[in-house]
Order: sequence, then structure tokens, then C-alpha cells
Amino acid sequence: MKQPIMLSALAALSLATMAPQAAAEEKPAAGKPQMKQMHARPTAKAAVDPTTADFEKFRAVMEDTNPAELFELKGKELWKQKRGPRNASLEQCDLGLGPGVVKGAYVKMPRYFADVDQVMDAERRIVHCMVTLQGFKAEDLAKKPFSSDAGTPDPVSLTTYVAAQSRGMKLAIPQKNAKEREAFQVGREIFNYRAGPYDFSCATCHGEDGKRIRTQVLPNLSTKEGAIATSQGWPGYRLTGGFMHTIQWRMNDCFRQQRFPEPGYVSDTITALLTYMGANASGQVYNGPGIKR
Amino acid sequence: MADPMKIRAQMKGDAAEIRVLMSHPMETGQRKDGAGKIIPAHFIQSLIVAVNGKTVVDGQIGTSVSRNPVFGFKVKGAKAGDKVVVSWVDNTGDKRSDETAIS
Repeated sequence: MKQPIMLSALAALSLATMAPQAAAEEKPAAGKPQMKQMHARPTAKAAVDPTTADFEKFRAVMEDTNPAELFELKGKELWKQKRGPRNASLEQCDLGLGPGVVKGAYVKMPRYFADVDQVMDAERRIVHCMVTLQGFKAEDLAKKPFSSDAGTPDPVSLTTYVAAQSRGMKLAIPQKNAKEREAFQVGREIFNYRAGPYDFSCATCHGEDGKRIRTQVLPNLSTKEGAIATSQGWPGYRLTGGFMHTIQWRMNDCFRQQRFPEPGYVSDTITALLTYMGANASGQVYNGPGIKR
Repeated sequence: MADPMKIRAQMKGDAAEIRVLMSHPMETGQRKDGAGKIIPAHFIQSLIVAVNGKTVVDGQIGTSVSRNPVFGFKVKGAKAGDKVVVSWVDNTGDKRSDETAIS
């Protein structure tokens, strides 16, 4: 059932053939005139309907005692513990602010890492540290990377801990380095790339203000105001099933809902999307792991 | 011992507001896994909250409580500095106890 086709290759191909358009304002690959209206920035903030307001109220109440805190604690433990074939802790892991510096690192990712000459998002970097410092195998970590009844994978708890250490800080996804800017552009291309049997792009659901699907508010991720809704919520504890999820899970599930092939766990495709959405949210405060319905 | 709980205990007026976050799968024993096998029952059965050694909550918990339970309650007559101890025992005999001081 699962066909992990490398969408990043597809995106790179489309980028190569459409290089001049990549610099243009959020234009989808199809370039239909009516699509341009969908992605235009709104002049006034869209009114919130009463149902949406009630859902937000519910979330605020639940956020007060968020089970995500249990996974923060677990992640903190895992960070300090000597584990893996190398019997080492993650305390020397460099999340971009120097080895072992966790506070404030999450809000500055995805970012370029010179030691791998790549842009990496938080979970990807944590997995990288687990592999290089502790000796775990990347393929093993990619086998069952998401929370289920079987349990919560270690990278999820670790990402929750790292994210919590940036609570209250402003998102500042760097766009200085050429690879960081490229990741943003590739991310934007993917965001607007229509594919799959439904001919959906991310923008189909997340490219307009004031949209909601059943109980789920759909933030406009192409705008600053909408993008923070996504950055803020993840990692997030999902009440349905009682699972701790990171944004890697959310991206995977979006692809599933669009009937796209499954994206690679911590792949370039996801990093690019996270760079695009994260940079759109920059300048706003991150309040730590969230809670979901 | 099972995974730690998170306890928040603050004075709000003349009562202490206590909130507990427990880590537990809370399986009812009625769900089936992907292969069709019953996932065995695994849930907290008893919950005891004591303030300064005196039991204030003696709860019998069951399968209607969902995963990673969150309990909140007010305790009148408590004061800042009092020790709050929360303990639970589940149907497999596993237990957990954590404590904090009221702030």
C-alpha cells in the first residue's frame, strides 16, 4: 500500500523546469488565473464563526493541563540518558546553538547545519544526533516513527522536550544561507503543487482564510497570521487516541488525506515544507507544545 | 514504578487547587488490535490523594476514564507549604506515587 516515492525529486524537477516562476508570488504550478485569487493576501482578518470560536474555547481549557507535559518530562529523561550502541547521551547534540544548548533552539529550526551541509528541521536533527552520537540506525528509527497504541517513539518525546525549551520565544526561522532560502522556495512549490487523485495541493485546504472542515479549523498557512496556528500547535497531544504527535506526523497525515504517496520520514520534502511554513510564522511567539482534538 | 505524574498545587483563596496529570494507557480490555486480538485491560483502579498525611480523595477509577487521565479538585483548609501525595494502583498491581508542596 505504501509507496515512498521521493516527492522531493518531483519537486526538484518541477523547480528546475519552472525556475523563473519560483521567484514569483505564490503562483501554483497550474498557473490558472482564478487560482491567483485564492492565494492573495487578505486585507482584513476573516471573521471567526461561533462554532470555530467554541472550538477555540475548548482548546484553551484543555491546554491548561496538557498531557504533552508528560512527554516533555520523558524527553528530558531520554536526552540525559546514556543509550544506544555507543552508550552516550544526547547532551552533546548541536541543535544549531552549540553542543548541548537546547533552550531557544526549536524556534530557530529548520536551519542550515554546516556539519551535514543540509537544512534540517528539529526532529530530523534530533534523529541525526541519535544516529551520530548514540549509534542508532536511521532505518530503524524510520520504521515506526509515529505514536500508536504500541507506544510513543523516542524521537517524539525528545522533540516535545526540545520544543518545550523554546516556550515563550519568538519564531525566527533563518533565511540567511542560500540552502535555507532554497528550502523555502522548494517548500512553497510543494505547498502549491497539485497532485494525486483529488488534484489537491496543501493550498487547496490551507490557502484561504476563514476555512474549517467539520471540527477542524484550516489555517491559511501562506500568511503570517495563519502560519502561526500550525507552528504553535506542534508538537501536539491529540486527545483522540491519546497520542503525542510531532509535525512530521502531521505532514505524513496530510499527504495521506490528499492521497499522495507517503513522504519519507524526516525527508527533504518535509524539511522544505516546514521551512516554508515556519518562515511564514516567524516573528510570532511560540508557546510550547499544544493540544489537539 | 510506572511513568511519573505531574502535579500542580496552588492556593486559590482559601482552597488549594490541585491538578494531576497521570501517564497511563487506560485500556478497557474491550478494544481489539489490528490482528483482531483483544488488547488486555490495563487501567488505574484506585487513586488516593493525601494532604499532610490526611486522605482527601479516595477514588475508585474505572474503564470510563481515558488515556493519560487529568484530574482536578479543590481542597478546602489546605495552606501553602502543605505536602500533597498522589498515589495510584492499577489492575496489574503496578503503582505510582508522586508528591509536591502547595505553592
